[in-house]
Amino acid sequence: MGASPTADNFVVFEKVQKSYDGETLVVKDLNLSIGKGEFLTMLGPSGSGKTTCLMMLAGFETATHGEILLDGKPINNIPPHKRGIGMVFQNYALFPHMTVAENLAFPLEVRKIGKAEREEKVRRALDMVQMGEFGGRRPAQLSGGQQQRIALARALVFEPELVLMDEPLGALDKQLREHMQFEITNLAHELGITTVYVTHDQTEALTMSDRVAVFDDGRIQQLAAPDVLYEEPENSFVAQFIGENNTLLGKVESIRDGNCTVSLDSGETIDAKAVNVSAVGDRTLVSIRPERVEFNKSRLMEGAHTLKAEVLECIYMGDVFRTRLRVAGKEDFVVKTRNAPDQARLEAGKVIELGWLPDDCRALDA
Amino acid sequence: MPGLPPYASFTQKIWYYAFRVICGIVFFFLIAPIIVIVPLSFNAEDFFTFTPEMLALEPDGYSLKHYNDFFTNPDWQQAMWNSIRIAPMATLLSVSFGTLAAIGLSQPHVPFRRALMAILISPMIVPLIISAAGMYFFYSRVGLQGSYWGVVLAHAALGIPFVIITVTATLVGFDRSLTRAAANLGANPVTTFAKVQMPLILPGVISGGLFAFITSFDEVVVVLFVGSAGQKTLPWQMFTGLREQISPTILAVATILVTISAILLATIEILRRRSERLRGMSPG
Repeated sequence: MGASPTADNFVVFEKVQKSYDGETLVVKDLNLSIGKGEFLTMLGPSGSGKTTCLMMLAGFETATHGEILLDGKPINNIPPHKRGIGMVFQNYALFPHMTVAENLAFPLEVRKIGKAEREEKVRRALDMVQMGEFGGRRPAQLSGGQQQRIALARALVFEPELVLMDEPLGALDKQLREHMQFEITNLAHELGITTVYVTHDQTEALTMSDRVAVFDDGRIQQLAAPDVLYEEPENSFVAQFIGENNTLLGKVESIRDGNCTVSLDSGETIDAKAVNVSAVGDRTLVSIRPERVEFNKSRLMEGAHTLKAEVLECIYMGDVFRTRLRVAGKEDFVVKTRNAPDQARLEAGKVIELGWLPDDCRALDA
Repeated sequence: MPGLPPYASFTQKIWYYAFRVICGIVFFFLIAPIIVIVPLSFNAEDFFTFTPEMLALEPDGYSLKHYNDFFTNPDWQQAMWNSIRIAPMATLLSVSFGTLAAIGLSQPHVPFRRALMAILISPMIVPLIISAAGMYFFYSRVGLQGSYWGVVLAHAALGIPFVIITVTATLVGFDRSLTRAAANLGANPVTTFAKVQMPLILPGVISGGLFAFITSFDEVVVVLFVGSAGQKTLPWQMFTGLREQISPTILAVATILVTISAILLATIEILRRRSERLRGMSPG
């Protein structure tokens, strides 16, 4: 049993495992505490176990092992309809035979709330998502974005303390998606509800969440705030899954003061921060963000190692230039530079020297 | 049906018209025997043929006497009431059990669902005379032979396959996340079924029910085996009427039954369109 409920562990997964066939574990030993009012995103590729976790929390799947606690109480034996958790489904799951207002009134009706109060709450929920005039319509008469708002309003209308969202924006176009991301986070923070959000879209995860749990292979690979996740990935999966990253394979030469030198498979030596390597001789995957690569030698540390690079192509993207280079035998090394007057343009065929601050280059597990 | 495209070859043109002729013949053979009954049932004479007066469209050639006979003859009236007592009860049982079976068999985790489905649908596939003979021996053993409930149960068994098939078809398009959503919103399984699942599969339930009703209402083989004189239904009376007294009253009854069937089928179609509109599958 877990500790007494505090603000930090409103939802707790304790050593949770899930297997559908009794052989392979879809979720392997999950431990996770979600604070009250927190917006936590479960991010991962498909098949990583994130949706299964959400379904276990909603009560549609049962944990094979372990305990899930909500507000300090174990909920493994509570059926879904008694959990009082709001949920926004991937396909919205609006009841097609009911009007929008009837959809919203449904959770209130089954809770035996009086007609006057019900109507008041439905009206407020519709106003909250700016759909006040649509109460009499049927879901089939609404656009995707409007259905999305109704699904959100329905999940919130009975004032649950915890709301789950299963890739709710997947079916919307880019512009609407960005707008809804903003609206959902605002609503969640305004109402102070705890939100567990599942997505495979990393931009969504980074822009919306207080914390992101990166799932892969049934485990949380890293659980951190978006900026930490981006700046300080703890392993090579996270480094490659979140944002763009240049990776180089090599072997640890020396470790000193948290930094290390790595000799690449192509023969060059570079500096890196020792994150996930423990001993000299370890295989390592070093990762460096495209926007942290430096061409200007004067900005590098004294005695910093540099690499020779040949410019292969330079793509104009408006606000940035995306330059592809041949570095250490690899042809997919990408550098992003701001489109600013002080930046030198790189032309194809040019050979330059590049380097980075050791803090920006992370030596991870291979 | 699109017209013939300008590049159609000679064989394609032949086939284009041959296809229409074949369709016409098929329709003729299916419908003509039914249509011809309708004017004949208004015959003023006790014959099964068109009289010269009828062909000349003289009012004297037509009368409602066979309808009159149907509504006054105690044999026909008894038969009609038997049918009216048996068919709705058999339909009710078919719909209840058939719907439950369809819902159960559409759950992916049910073991042997294919085998169970085949068994439940078998009354539709097994020759009726075999089912009837089987029921006769079985019902005699358990004391249901010759009783009202015996006929009702037998007809319910014949109607269940229709309900299972139509309800299963509606369940295929049923989004399971809707039941999850209902549960998540706080509805217990019974409320979820009544408020969410049932309204959405209702068109399937009703059309299955109508088929079950028609099956029972038109059925003669099983009732001959399982029923006794007390359960003489309309089709049974028609059957004996044909053999023993050859009265055109049969034509009047047939016309009434055809009309009822047509109305019921039209109802099915209207319901189907309504459900499609509700689900947003076609523009309202």
